[in-house]
Amino acid sequence: MQMKIVAGVVACALATMALKPATHKPAVNRVAGGTVAGKVTFTGTAPRMKPIDMAKEPSCAKQHATPVMNESVVTGAGNTLGDVVVYISAGAAPSTPPGTAATFEQKGCQYLPHVLALEAGQKLEVKNDDQTSHNIHPMSKLNPEWNKSQPPGAPPIEVVYSKPEFIPVKCNVHPWMHGYFAVLNTSHSAVTPADGSYSLSGLPPGKYTVTAWQERFGTQSQEVTITGNETAKLDFVLKATEY
Amino acid sequence: MNRVARQIISFAAFGAASMILVGSLHAQTIHGLPPEGRGADVKPNKSVGRASEGKVEYKRFCAGCHGDRGDGLGENTQWIDPKPRDFTQATFKCRSTPSGTLPTDQDVINTIRRGIVNSNMPQWRPLPDQTQADLLAYIKTFSPRWTTEKQGTPIEIPPETPVTTESILAGRAMFQKFECWKCHGTEGRADGPSASGLTDSKDQPIHPYDFTTGTRFKCGTTNADLYRIFMTGLDGTPMASFADNIKGTQGWDLVHYLRTLQPLRTPESELWKTWLATHANELKPIGPESGGR
Repeated sequence: MQMKIVAGVVACALATMALKPATHKPAVNRVAGGTVAGKVTFTGTAPRMKPIDMAKEPSCAKQHATPVMNESVVTGAGNTLGDVVVYISAGAAPSTPPGTAATFEQKGCQYLPHVLALEAGQKLEVKNDDQTSHNIHPMSKLNPEWNKSQPPGAPPIEVVYSKPEFIPVKCNVHPWMHGYFAVLNTSHSAVTPADGSYSLSGLPPGKYTVTAWQERFGTQSQEVTITGNETAKLDFVLKATEY
Repeated sequence: MNRVARQIISFAAFGAASMILVGSLHAQTIHGLPPEGRGADVKPNKSVGRASEGKVEYKRFCAGCHGDRGDGLGENTQWIDPKPRDFTQATFKCRSTPSGTLPTDQDVINTIRRGIVNSNMPQWRPLPDQTQADLLAYIKTFSPRWTTEKQGTPIEIPPETPVTTESILAGRAMFQKFECWKCHGTEGRADGPSASGLTDSKDQPIHPYDFTTGTRFKCGTTNADLYRIFMTGLDGTPMASFADNIKGTQGWDLVHYLRTLQPLRTPESELWKTWLATHANELKPIGPESGGR
């Protein structure tokens, strides 16, 4: 009897959801749900990162007391891996891009952050905090490729990418400047700090594909099933490619 | 009488015809100059392109370098620097449209006609308008962007301002402020501090333009072409668009200064030389120590 009622309630709920398709989108981000969390580590020998010589740009060189290291592989104690984009690549309900802009800063001739995760359709603002001109050159393949100059004090460059893509970004004037726009079609994403940890929360019950991407070590995907409010543990181990 | 008269008449007719012909040639080279100056590609191509016809012409004239699949990997590509354009990306250097947008049809036609200086792309001016239009129609089949995106709107170029010393000096200040010298060099010799490490979007080494050896620019020869180059940027190369930072007639100041770097007798260089003869000591050199007056 009780089972019948529960089934009826579920059926009603399903029917309501089916009847209101586009107008009422489930607020995926706010609803408490399951969480996928874990650590990203690597096996093998990570390439040694070399210090960057900024002598050609004195205004930037003097901002750094110690030489800045190349950031293409960021590691932590215990072979953890930073700057890895971990995101739900399949299974999540389509999300509307947030109204807030993602910010990509140029400071001390470095990109902050080195890897920026944003959603397709989300506004992106590129700022220049330096006393030198930068040119922002995202070398996209699926989205239109552009290249714009941004002198000191110029207003932020605003852009919207419509297609998901991992876009390498460089400054041609300062060739050591290198970063990534990770344009994703999901709001469930995280960029790991050096300790390799990540957490994707607010996942309604369902089966998901979780993907980890690192600019040098490539991608890895795993499947996970969320049934309620639990936290599923999902670690990634990427294989280091030395060069 | 008949024979002689006929000969005289035909001789006179021949003479008159020659005079008209010479006259018309004369008119074309001197008076027929388009308003933008000698060599400007302002003649619009109104032909309607046919991709099927273009395919045949493409195989004959273009595939050797640009490749059968339009990917820039023709049989000659390995010997060529800079590399031929990859049409599958639909990224074009010479445009009248903002950075990141598709060029207009006429932009691509102009590139076909003009060729690209300092590269292996020759002029294809002798090809009839219809053939050029057919080639364009076929080139467009290599990238879906031509069907999914709208072509860009050409940037506006205001009427050119008079060439004055003040304009050239303002342009020189822009050359310093926007750090053009970082790549193009303090004297436009393409020897700036960032020049040696430049790569294009395919990681191929690429040289900045050397103003002191060239007479033609990559995308044209006129002042308007020069204006267009730094406003639109050359997509796929390190040359960025400055449209966000240079507005309207300000761009003409930079054009006038850039003209003084060229090995040409231009109105700009004549004026500049005269001014420099008496004022050279007022100028700080361009470079990291802030050039100015």
